[in-house]
Amino acid sequence: MSRSKRARPPFEKWTGPTRPYDLVKEVVACFVVVVVIVVACAALFSSPDERQISIGDWARADAHNFVMTAVSELDGSSGTASYGPPYNSASDGQKIGPLSLAKLAGVRVAVNAADDFVVAPLQTIAQGQPDLLSELSTWQAATTEQRASWTDAYTKSADVASYDAMGNPTLPAGDYGPVQPMLAALVSMARNGGLDGALATERGFYNNNNYTRQMLFLADGSYLEQRATDQHLGGDQWGMMNEVGNYPGQAWLWLYTVWYQVPPFKTSGNADALIWGLMMVFTLLFVFVPFIPGLRDIPRVTKVHRLIWREHYRMRQ
Amino acid sequence: MSAHAPSATEAPNWTRAARERAVEALPPDELLPDTQPSYVASWVYVFGAMALASLVLVILTGCLLAVEGPSWWHVSGVGHFVNSMHLWAVEVFFFFMVVHLWAKFFMAAWRGNRQLTWISGAVAFIVSIGAAFTGYLSQQNFSSQWISAEAKDGLNAAGVGAFFNVLDFGQMFTWHVVLLPLVITMLVVGHVLMVRRRGVVPPMEDRPAGAISEATP
Repeated sequence: MSRSKRARPPFEKWTGPTRPYDLVKEVVACFVVVVVIVVACAALFSSPDERQISIGDWARADAHNFVMTAVSELDGSSGTASYGPPYNSASDGQKIGPLSLAKLAGVRVAVNAADDFVVAPLQTIAQGQPDLLSELSTWQAATTEQRASWTDAYTKSADVASYDAMGNPTLPAGDYGPVQPMLAALVSMARNGGLDGALATERGFYNNNNYTRQMLFLADGSYLEQRATDQHLGGDQWGMMNEVGNYPGQAWLWLYTVWYQVPPFKTSGNADALIWGLMMVFTLLFVFVPFIPGLRDIPRVTKVHRLIWREHYRMRQ
Repeated sequence: MSAHAPSATEAPNWTRAARERAVEALPPDELLPDTQPSYVASWVYVFGAMALASLVLVILTGCLLAVEGPSWWHVSGVGHFVNSMHLWAVEVFFFFMVVHLWAKFFMAAWRGNRQLTWISGAVAFIVSIGAAFTGYLSQQNFSSQWISAEAKDGLNAAGVGAFFNVLDFGQMFTWHVVLLPLVITMLVVGHVLMVRRRGVVPPMEDRPAGAISEATP
């Protein structure tokens, strides 16, 4: 049998009464209406564009938080340093029951918080600064225990640290090793804008428009979150589905964001993994509605279709 | 030129076979109809076409932004207006798409062997969420910073972040302007062709003489 004579699939074809219809006219009319709506909204409401935060902004606005975050990168206690996959192997990441999907995916965006956020950027400015070069060498040559001793001493004294107009921290006398001069150099570099550039480049040269290191370092501190909370964008304020100002944002993410507002997810350490698992189930239910008994029967039970086709049903009667 | 009618003895011809299959799969009167079944008489049917028109405007404004590059709209009044149009086109696109989806759900529009039509529309909606999401990440402003910082944890927990790094502007931007629009366009074109080929689902609880061979899942 030739293809042209092959039986068509059993689609329910309508051969009953018809009405005139102009598909092209309808699509063109819809496009015109949409253009009018969109131009009106753009003219009336514009769009938000609040400048992004730089590492320099952070160091200038809150030197203490910047320095404390940098210490936590050095001692391995920061969010990034202890994150786990895909950045490092410090933990297994979040789990759904015994399953860690993050660990299965592996470390594919490798980040060494101490080296990438502190040591490597300082090395880019150390040439011509013998003292800084020497302190970096001391840090790199030190044992893990020695490093921990220095950062621990620094952290304990940091609460009483004072900062001059340039953001340089002054601490009580103590055995901080090279940590104090390293962080003084880092805060100065950050305030001058040099740290943003150093974190943005790959191998000190390629600028790949990759904000991973900047954003991870920024997110380890409290400045970014504070700015977001001030704008009502916190995780417990319907977070990322919102935008600055009164713009609608990604309202279609409500079903994902709502779970972060309610127990047990709100307080769970595995909230992200659990909510993603839940959303995967919902997504499959949504896509495969036609095959799921009960779900696919809802339209027949609710009878909303009688409203949509009321003309048809009225004519039939 | 006279119409060419292939004979049984004619040598195989891929072009002719492709043409015949295309015409068979999508007869012109089904592709561009000038009549509709009498039951297609509700304003709710307009929302599918409105969603389609919005998508066209989203792509057009996106192309304008792409011509000048990702920094243009931050420093130009015209660029900012085009960006505003892009944003609002996305907002109305989702509004019309959601209404269209709910309407089709309550029509049980998958009846009559139209399951794939529903699935293609549902997947297009999900991919559109991804496209809009990468758009928000590509703004290079405070919103994109915060959204990426928040979103990374969910994606990392799901194992997706290892391959889809929301903190990498370059990766998100190329997904937003190339990969996802391509996927959405293919899905929507397929969805519309399926609607045209399979017809608009008839009313429920109705077995009019005109309806034949229903295959309810």
